[in-house]
Amino acid sequence: MDKTWNNKAWFLVVPVIVLVAFNAIIPLMTVVNYSVQESFGGGVFFFEGTKWFQQILTSERFHAALLRQFAFTGTILLIEIPLGVAIALAMPRRGPWVSVCLVLMALPLLVPWHVVGAIWNIFALPEIGLLGRALNGLGFDYNFTRQVGSAWFTLILMDVWHWTSLVVLLAYAGLMAIPEPYYQAARIDGASQWAVFRHIQLPKMNRVLTIAVLLRFMDSFIIYTEPFVLTGGGPGNATTLLSIDLVKMALGQFDVGPAAAMSIIYFLIVLAISWVFYTLMMRNEDRW
Amino acid sequence: MSTSVESATTITDDGAATRTAAMQQAATLPVRRRGRRSYAWLVPTLYIIFLMVPIYWLLNMSFKTTGEVLGQFTLWPHNFTLENYRTIFTDPTWYRGYINSLLYVTINTLLSLGAALPAAYAFSRYRFLGDKHFFFWLLTNRMAPPAIFVLPFVQLYSSVELFDTHLAVALAHCLFNIPLAVWILEGFMSGVPKEIDETAYIDGYSFPHFFVKIFMPLIATGIGVAAFFCFMFSWVELLLAKNLTSTGARPIASIMTRTASISGYEVSLLAAAAVLTLIPGAVVIYFVRNYIARGFALGRV
Repeated sequence: MDKTWNNKAWFLVVPVIVLVAFNAIIPLMTVVNYSVQESFGGGVFFFEGTKWFQQILTSERFHAALLRQFAFTGTILLIEIPLGVAIALAMPRRGPWVSVCLVLMALPLLVPWHVVGAIWNIFALPEIGLLGRALNGLGFDYNFTRQVGSAWFTLILMDVWHWTSLVVLLAYAGLMAIPEPYYQAARIDGASQWAVFRHIQLPKMNRVLTIAVLLRFMDSFIIYTEPFVLTGGGPGNATTLLSIDLVKMALGQFDVGPAAAMSIIYFLIVLAISWVFYTLMMRNEDRW
Repeated sequence: MSTSVESATTITDDGAATRTAAMQQAATLPVRRRGRRSYAWLVPTLYIIFLMVPIYWLLNMSFKTTGEVLGQFTLWPHNFTLENYRTIFTDPTWYRGYINSLLYVTINTLLSLGAALPAAYAFSRYRFLGDKHFFFWLLTNRMAPPAIFVLPFVQLYSSVELFDTHLAVALAHCLFNIPLAVWILEGFMSGVPKEIDETAYIDGYSFPHFFVKIFMPLIATGIGVAAFFCFMFSWVELLLAKNLTSTGARPIASIMTRTASISGYEVSLLAAAAVLTLIPGAVVIYFVRNYIARGFALGRV
């Protein structure tokens, strides 16, 4: 769409600026402020320069949490995106079942995040949970509060349960927007199902899938509540993702300086990767 | 081609009107895979079962007595009881949690939409100095890990004396809801042809009059979808809501986590509280069921 150049449009954006700036800029400046200072309490601060940043960037603890975070985000993206697309392809295109499917599938998305953790806690506990009992009954040695492998398995399964529907809904919306003549042309050419998927459905879903990857990346990278309720970061530090580590440091140990420095590094990592996805998405949208 | 003809001819008995309707439908909607019996329905069915089993387990637990939960392993409640729900509905510390949560969620949805509507209009219709950068800056707030904001938020809201109020949580949730609402609304607004605006201005409508009377009804779906998302993300968030409140506006989430840690094993009570948190979400989904797919695509399909 052709847009008119008009700087008065800024006035329409003022309420957003006021509200978001109050919430974003002031706290972010507080964080920056803490990140370069040392305090011994009593409101007395000393300028420390980049000491905390160096400390965080070279700390084993941060590296380990970052590695776990990438492992988690990578795994769930690799599972949820293909699975979501496959389910969307298999869904009915019309009829009464469409609404039923959509409503039931969207349900996990509306479950409060701590309840997601609680549901999976109750579901997976080895003594009283169905999953825990079933797995142990099948001869697996499963206990997510004690074993690293079980904890990760439960964590990933929980995220797949929670968020795959988002990918399904996005992919489904993309599929529904493909005009019928594309399929007719494919049929006339005698195209196989795979060819239809590869050359019609996938390119047409490109845009929504980029949104799906962007949203899933952002949300999984900043995840806190669900793993906190499920495993509390344990056993040991095995499932301590970045946010959990950060809250431990800031609220648990009151290491305000290092926590602030870590916040900024963390935020910059998210920003950098999201920016790449965002640029791709905007190129797809072809509007700006 | 053959499939659309087939699907149209199967309904011939239902009369000509339905047939044309069916043909039109067949022409606009992608046709299902042709030939042979398709077992495609198995995939969504299995997936939905996978989604429902943990929820069933939660329901199952919520109707059991604590004794049954800890004593034996049962697939359905043998001593069916509503005692857990009765506790929640009669104990003010419990049910006030729900009221508090619903209150700040509603305030947040209204605030977010009110601010996002004009901004989204500006982004969808005009180019202005720094618009792209500003839009990305907005989105960065959606990407910010809430964990980094916890400590500064507590200090900020304490210093403006809003700590432990519904407004504090509602305002804090604007951080990620406004960017999302702007993003969704901008997508829907860009689907409305610009000629409509121009015609209205020629007809002598002022901007506010045009916006409320003509434009908002046109993007009603988009507003509904944006409201749904604001509701959803404010409803599911725990970290900020929990840390910005102590007693006055405490959300159900933090009451649940407290119960879980203090009384150790009141699993069935916790399960009942969790079941009740599913209800508002289910109700809201039911209302927007026809727009869910498009809404999740942020209006960009």
